[in-house]
Amino acid sequence: MSSPALMPGPSPRPVISAERIRVDLGGRTILSEVSFAIEDGELVVILGPNGAGKSTLLKVVLGLIRPVTGRVSVLGTPAGRANARIGYVPQFRAIEAETTLRARDVVRFGLDGNRWGPGWPSRARERRIDAVLEEVDGRELAKAAMGELSGGERQRLLIAQALLSDPRLLLLDEPLASLDLGREQEIITLIRRVCRSRGVAVLFVTHDINPLLSDIDRVLYLANARGAIGRPDQVITRETLSDLYGAPVEVVKTGGRVFVVGART
Amino acid sequence: MTGLIQLLRYPFIVNALVTGSAVAVAAAASGYFMVCRRATFAGHALPNIGFAGAAGAVLMGIEPVLGLFAITILAAVAMGVLARDLRDRDVTVGVIMTFALGLGFLFLALYSGYAQRVYGILFGSILGISVQASRLTVAAAAASLAALALLYRPLLFSTFDPELAVARGVPVSLLSVLFLVILAVIASLAVQVMGALLLFTLLVGPAATATRIVKSPPAAIALATGLGLLYVWSGTMAAAANGTIPVSFCIASISFLVYLPVRLFVRPASRHREAAGHQRRTA
Repeated sequence: MSSPALMPGPSPRPVISAERIRVDLGGRTILSEVSFAIEDGELVVILGPNGAGKSTLLKVVLGLIRPVTGRVSVLGTPAGRANARIGYVPQFRAIEAETTLRARDVVRFGLDGNRWGPGWPSRARERRIDAVLEEVDGRELAKAAMGELSGGERQRLLIAQALLSDPRLLLLDEPLASLDLGREQEIITLIRRVCRSRGVAVLFVTHDINPLLSDIDRVLYLANARGAIGRPDQVITRETLSDLYGAPVEVVKTGGRVFVVGART
Repeated sequence: MTGLIQLLRYPFIVNALVTGSAVAVAAAASGYFMVCRRATFAGHALPNIGFAGAAGAVLMGIEPVLGLFAITILAAVAMGVLARDLRDRDVTVGVIMTFALGLGFLFLALYSGYAQRVYGILFGSILGISVQASRLTVAAAAASLAALALLYRPLLFSTFDPELAVARGVPVSLLSVLFLVILAVIASLAVQVMGALLLFTLLVGPAATATRIVKSPPAAIALATGLGLLYVWSGTMAAAANGTIPVSFCIASISFLVYLPVRLFVRPASRHREAAGHQRRTA
């Protein structure tokens, strides 16, 4: 915690505030002394090597994994209480290969899947589903089965599903995984548009920051069980990352792109 | 045609059709979730487990359906609690099922009475069902359907999208146990109509056929229900008109004959499962 970039920034109304959290899974410490705050409407990327605890951190925010020590509050309540106002797009879901449901039925889960009772047909509900499908340019995909669609089309629909709860926070786990370059840019543009037009805070996990450098507000870099948060040019530096990894790390900038080398990844 | 209408003048035929209809609707609706949850082995195992309960009840001289309820509900809870992990679910279910079948055989060996009753449990005896048993069946089927309606949205959510359902606070594990208990009740009812060995056809046949034809859940459930009713009615009437061939054979055959061409000629949505590794889970 020597660098100023490691400290949570002052925030009038943090959407997430995590203070010195430690998370153990299967006898291993995944995160330790990680602190950060996310503000309303921010677009923040979680970066880090495999196994650094990026997906785990999203589950901590959702209250699905409890930290051993430290405190996480989300939308002013302890993690797990405000999940109705969080839109979550997990990674690796059985539903992505599903062929016995229309995409529209999958999107509908985001609206009232957690409510009891049969949910009789309602025009107001259908209009809300139409509206989010419109928002992700997915109207024409609604009748297809998820398993028939491409990775990018599925990702758009899953974002629509997450938007149906009118979230104040979106948690996206590797939304760019296994997308080709064109589709990747499409999803980034969509996420940025949703973030700005709805004023929703977005926290999203990815492997490569380069396609996103110009679109994001801050980056939360996780490595060696610790974390650093700040603007990309503050965090992705030799000093901050060497301190985080506890080993020498070089940051190479070339052609508007940035690469972290020498790191144990 | 008039011959068939004449058949409806016999109270035992009407009784059979009423009971069979209640069972068909409940089996088709629960069968939809079972097929979509890929829990069809549980649907095969529960009636077989039920056989032990029914044989035990016969041995003790009480109504077989009571024995069926008791043992299948117990087994459903055991399966739901022990078989959380999909990978060893079939093993757990299989071990419970064969233990119960062994018990059933023991009860059968100890029973010295009229074996026809046990035979009926294995292969179904809808035409011989009592008015009392019929009333109980209709009431229990209605209760099961009401329970399914109450659980409908979260059950559907946790069936198809468990990863997100957990995050949205849906009690996924509890729903899994509750669903198996409902399935146990419905299987117990259906054993009287189809028998433990042939019941699978009524539980899985209509739903498996329907999910190949339509995609939206309400439409698939409605179509499965319609098919289930069609199988039970046509099977019962065909058997009654013929007089020798058993009802459950007719229902099983009709279900098979409808499923076969649908399976062969109706292409479901193409399954290009991409390399995204849907089975993988991350920490």
